[in-house]
Amino acid sequence: MNGIRFFSGHLPKRYDILQIAFRFTSTLVLAEHTGDKLNPITLNAVNAALKLGEISVLVAGTNITNIAEQVAKVEQVKRVFIADHEKLKHQLPEYVAKTVETLQKQYKFDYIVAGASTFSRDILPRAAAQFDSAPVTDIIAIHNSDTFTRPIYAGNALCKIKTTAPVKFLTFRGTAFKPAKESGGNGKIEKVPEADFSFDGVEFLSQELLKSERPDLQSAKVIVSGGRGVGSADNFKIIYELADKLKAAVGASRAAVDAGYVSNELQVGQTGKVVAPELYIAVGISGAIQHTAGMKDSKIIVAINKDSDAPIFEIADIGLKADLHKVVPELIEAL
Amino acid sequence: MRALVAVKRVIDYAIKIRVKPDKTGVIKENVQHSMNPFDEIALEEAVRLKEKQIVKEVVAVSLGPSKSQETLRTALAKGADRAIHVEVEEAIAEKIEPLLVAKILKRIAETEKPDLIFLGKQAIDDDYGQTAQLLAGLLSWPQAMYASVIEQESDKTFIVTREVDGGRESIRIKIPAVISADLRLNEPRYATLPNIMKAKNKPLEKKKPSDYGIEIAQQTQILEVTEPPVRKFGVFVEDVPSLVTKLKEMGVV
Repeated sequence: MNGIRFFSGHLPKRYDILQIAFRFTSTLVLAEHTGDKLNPITLNAVNAALKLGEISVLVAGTNITNIAEQVAKVEQVKRVFIADHEKLKHQLPEYVAKTVETLQKQYKFDYIVAGASTFSRDILPRAAAQFDSAPVTDIIAIHNSDTFTRPIYAGNALCKIKTTAPVKFLTFRGTAFKPAKESGGNGKIEKVPEADFSFDGVEFLSQELLKSERPDLQSAKVIVSGGRGVGSADNFKIIYELADKLKAAVGASRAAVDAGYVSNELQVGQTGKVVAPELYIAVGISGAIQHTAGMKDSKIIVAINKDSDAPIFEIADIGLKADLHKVVPELIEAL
Repeated sequence: MRALVAVKRVIDYAIKIRVKPDKTGVIKENVQHSMNPFDEIALEEAVRLKEKQIVKEVVAVSLGPSKSQETLRTALAKGADRAIHVEVEEAIAEKIEPLLVAKILKRIAETEKPDLIFLGKQAIDDDYGQTAQLLAGLLSWPQAMYASVIEQESDKTFIVTREVDGGRESIRIKIPAVISADLRLNEPRYATLPNIMKAKNKPLEKKKPSDYGIEIAQQTQILEVTEPPVRKFGVFVEDVPSLVTKLKEMGVV
């Protein structure tokens, strides 16, 4: 730790009291990126972390100078640690966690945090184990320095917990926190002390990423989702057409994924992605709790389903009881 | 090769849970429980590896109250060879966090010496999704999380396809390793009646956390469990034009 530092004065007023309480603490945020693009969830994590203490960000990978420079400009970021190493190329959890461990041993952060995603779920608990710390994942509200709320039972209950973990490893739901501003910061970029990468139990082989021109599911303002009711992979094209009309991202229920209509990456729900767009249009989705866990915080929910008893209508703001094969083309036409 | 599979008894996925009026938790009495769905998939994979004669023995482990033995009997009926039940009282079981489970599994791994440890990617009650990664960290073993395809490559290596946010990736892991199961890994089998009968005679060892030199300690204290905010009742529209009008009124299209 570099002793005591005070926050500079241009934070919003409502944070003032929290700042006084937490200004002696330091937080490390794990940046999530694809090598050439910063994942927007990192900004949500930075904003959540602003309530906890002074912010440093770790960018791990190879050829990541651009990402580090981008992160250094994010509001309130004080330091950016670059870990550039061949072993970190594919950001395998074994090596990223080792980097976090090395950094933590030197800087002794109070909090090590990230946006809630498969990336952070992979890494944070592995690193936490080295410090005998129980992580708290999927946080949706920060009450004070050690008290948080997270959903349990597929979002059907909210659990408020207090943690006494020696180092607090936390992940924040991106949908529950606004993104930090991408400008205004002037973080100092530093190199991370090299970690011991002699571990050879794992090797990256290949990756197959979903390529899409559409907006990313987790940051999209509008999402059109299809369920089993869509009927086939072929029929799913009306969902894509409607999404294109609305410049929306495409999502799916687990039933649609399991039936092979679309690939897994589009799954919204407890075991898929959690989204909270301005407008969520559920087409042919019954609304099982597994699915609603991932979308019920959307601002406006529209449900199109021919089954009037479908539980999706219980949470929908606007419901249309009709055959989707008839009304979705009409809707595309009308928009 | 030996496989250890960790299974958890949870409230059945189809049950609509209810929060206790005193906000200390959710109502579990007289509520249908079953094996965590992701653990069923993890177990199924271990049993399939045994059927392919890659794995010799499948050991199922569960930490929880005495009723967890039912979950272990189910695991035995689905093909596990033997089971270990680490018993804790019901009231304590509620408070157990993934770190403690990982510590006990680590101790079991030290005595059982498995080559592969299978877990589900998350339990559908606390939704933490941490135990497998914590365990891999404690053991310093490679981790293959959210596995959707597992193939043996050599005596010492497996190729695992993982479901990650942007798509899927494929990695090579050396045993011993920790693997967590994604939904897409397989379709778990049902236990047949003859197998349920046979499972009654399979060995089920009873242990306590203290047998592993582990004291129950908590770093996360539950202060309050509440109902999520209820959404206001919406409206139905008759046809597409009124839907479009409504959306325009709301300013979302």
